[in-house]
Amino acid sequence: MNNIAGDSPREVSRRRFHLTVIYGLWGLICATLSLPALLYLFLPPRLRRAAEWVEAGDVTKLVPRIPTEMVFRKTRVDGWKISSEKETTWVVKLDDRQVVAFGPQCTHLGCAYHWEEAKSQFLCPCHSSVFSVDGKVISGPAPRPLDRYETKIENGKLLVGALREAAGSSA
Amino acid sequence: MTWRSRVSTWLDHRTGAETAIRNFLYEQIPASSGWHQVFGSVALFLFLVQIFTGALLAFNYAPTPGDAYNSLRYILTEVTAGRLMRGLHHWGASMMIVIVVLHMAQVFLYGAYKKPREATWMVGVVLLLLTLAYGLTGYLLPWDNRAYWGTVVSTQIAAKTPLIGPYLSRLLGGEGDVGVVTFARFYGLHVLLLPPATTLLIALHIYLVRKHGVAPAPGDEVRPLRKFFPEQAVRDTVAIFIAFVILFVLAVVVRVPLEQLADPTDINYIPRPEWYFLFLFQSLKLFEGPLEMIGAVVLPGLAVLALILIPFFDRGQVRKVTERTLAAGILALAAIGWAGLTAAAIATTPKPAIAAQIDFSEPTDWMQLSPVELSGIAYFRQENCAACHDVGDGKTKIGPDLASASIHKSAAWMIQHFKRPASMVPGSAMPAIQLNDAQLNTLAAFLLKLNPRNATALQSAPDFVVQGALVYQSNQCGSCHVVNGVGMKLGPPLNGLARRRAKVWIEQHFRNPRALSPGSVMPPYKFSKSDMENITSYLLVMPE
Repeated sequence: MNNIAGDSPREVSRRRFHLTVIYGLWGLICATLSLPALLYLFLPPRLRRAAEWVEAGDVTKLVPRIPTEMVFRKTRVDGWKISSEKETTWVVKLDDRQVVAFGPQCTHLGCAYHWEEAKSQFLCPCHSSVFSVDGKVISGPAPRPLDRYETKIENGKLLVGALREAAGSSA
Repeated sequence: MTWRSRVSTWLDHRTGAETAIRNFLYEQIPASSGWHQVFGSVALFLFLVQIFTGALLAFNYAPTPGDAYNSLRYILTEVTAGRLMRGLHHWGASMMIVIVVLHMAQVFLYGAYKKPREATWMVGVVLLLLTLAYGLTGYLLPWDNRAYWGTVVSTQIAAKTPLIGPYLSRLLGGEGDVGVVTFARFYGLHVLLLPPATTLLIALHIYLVRKHGVAPAPGDEVRPLRKFFPEQAVRDTVAIFIAFVILFVLAVVVRVPLEQLADPTDINYIPRPEWYFLFLFQSLKLFEGPLEMIGAVVLPGLAVLALILIPFFDRGQVRKVTERTLAAGILALAAIGWAGLTAAAIATTPKPAIAAQIDFSEPTDWMQLSPVELSGIAYFRQENCAACHDVGDGKTKIGPDLASASIHKSAAWMIQHFKRPASMVPGSAMPAIQLNDAQLNTLAAFLLKLNPRNATALQSAPDFVVQGALVYQSNQCGSCHVVNGVGMKLGPPLNGLARRRAKVWIEQHFRNPRALSPGSVMPPYKFSKSDMENITSYLLVMPE
């Protein structure tokens, strides 16, 4: 709002003081309200539960380079909801020392792929992505190799942890 | 022309925005306007804060019973600034009631509702009722015991309304029952229906204020009019700022507890409405039997009717506020009556059952402790260990901080140390603890669980819980029952007992197990009154 012509200098400075008070206090109020609001919206929630290891199955009977589908139950924390969910993984014994557990979804658009025994390849039915037995992309639109669960083996049992993108994200 | 004024001229030609703002801000107000007229603006500001915080809360809130509770707990414990948002919304509601009532009292005292401002006043009364409706419906939304039982009472009052009672209670989702339907209706009212209704009525209210102008005081007709901006706007801003500071401090400093999940079988819960409804609640006690309806519905209804009709009773000339002694008297009487009823309601509130006092939005890590470890806390308190030792709270006392020290020690070391402190720590000034081996064992079990991260959460275990665990331990309940994964599985596991049994049932079961569970091999127990109270309350709070 512009000054009205003809005001005395005292009037003008008084008016300036009033404007400063109005803008200053409103600025302060808006800042104090919007800063916590931004934190509330943008900071991720404090997750208090560490990732857990879940037993997926027996690895002693695995045949080398033949994938086996294993089903296990995992606790899923979704906001305020904690649920126990069934999850599957394709487990492959690549050699005597390395057992890999792949995530069950194609890395293209998340369809469930399956093992083609005749061709010894993983095939996704949606857009025909094809993966090799060690998860690498052979053909199709899949942008990266199959995701892998963190794994460790204790007493012949396979324990799976978090699902992660495989190293080397381009095929 | 500078580019700024060019932009605003362009905008003004297209939208008329600047002219509108100018008209709004340069409203002519009487010379007598001043600090007493700031309350309306403050109320509007608080309403906007409620909309803002309410929308943010809704982003993390699941509006169904059970989930509502869990999601609110999630907001309080996991979401950054979630507790602040809930605090602002909670205290904002209370402050809004206060400010709206002050606004009304000011208008009443000055007689500002007189011709031609009757409609402004009546819309204002409806806005007061809407504000109360927010309080009533919002009270249920946390879905804890307080919310549930408070709403049970209010819906049953509504059901007592003459003639329309049954329809009202059908509308509220049940015959005095509070369940999923009532919850959905209250939520719908609170977030879908009330906000637009309030917004419309506020717009109408402000339109009417502008149409008739701010009410002048006697003598104003010979003094020049003034402009709202900036002098009165400064007063409004300062008042709003003060209200905001109070609200913010309340939200940060005063914790709004979240109680136990709503438990319709909890017959010990003493329901109380929010403080601004306490006077109504108390006035109900003055009426008994068939007269109850009068206190519950007829009198409040008449009071609201009288409030609406005030401008038609008081139609004389506008007089100076200092000459309105009758209005001042009525206002004082109303204030005294309200304060008296509220004070009486607070004074007659029995001490709530202990289980209800736990703030479940606090970290409740102690719930995960086994009975042995919990009894350890009892001895820890009994022996006053905290007098010489810090427990992760960073103060420096004579002894070492137990939260960080006990991680490196074994139970055997601790027990030796408890018996003869100097034998394990040469030169230790600690006196020997006079407890038997079993008791020292529980103390060590608790200390082994302690670390700097959980120290406060473990120590916040309520006294009835640790005393209850002590009773549990000394009666060797663990040789047949499991709590938190510890114990034998001969009897049923005791976690989540609250879902299966009422308190009375458990107490009777202790006295005579076979009467309630035929074929049970559990021996009867004769506990003292306090032991019985502690062990049942303890078992009832153990989570599933």
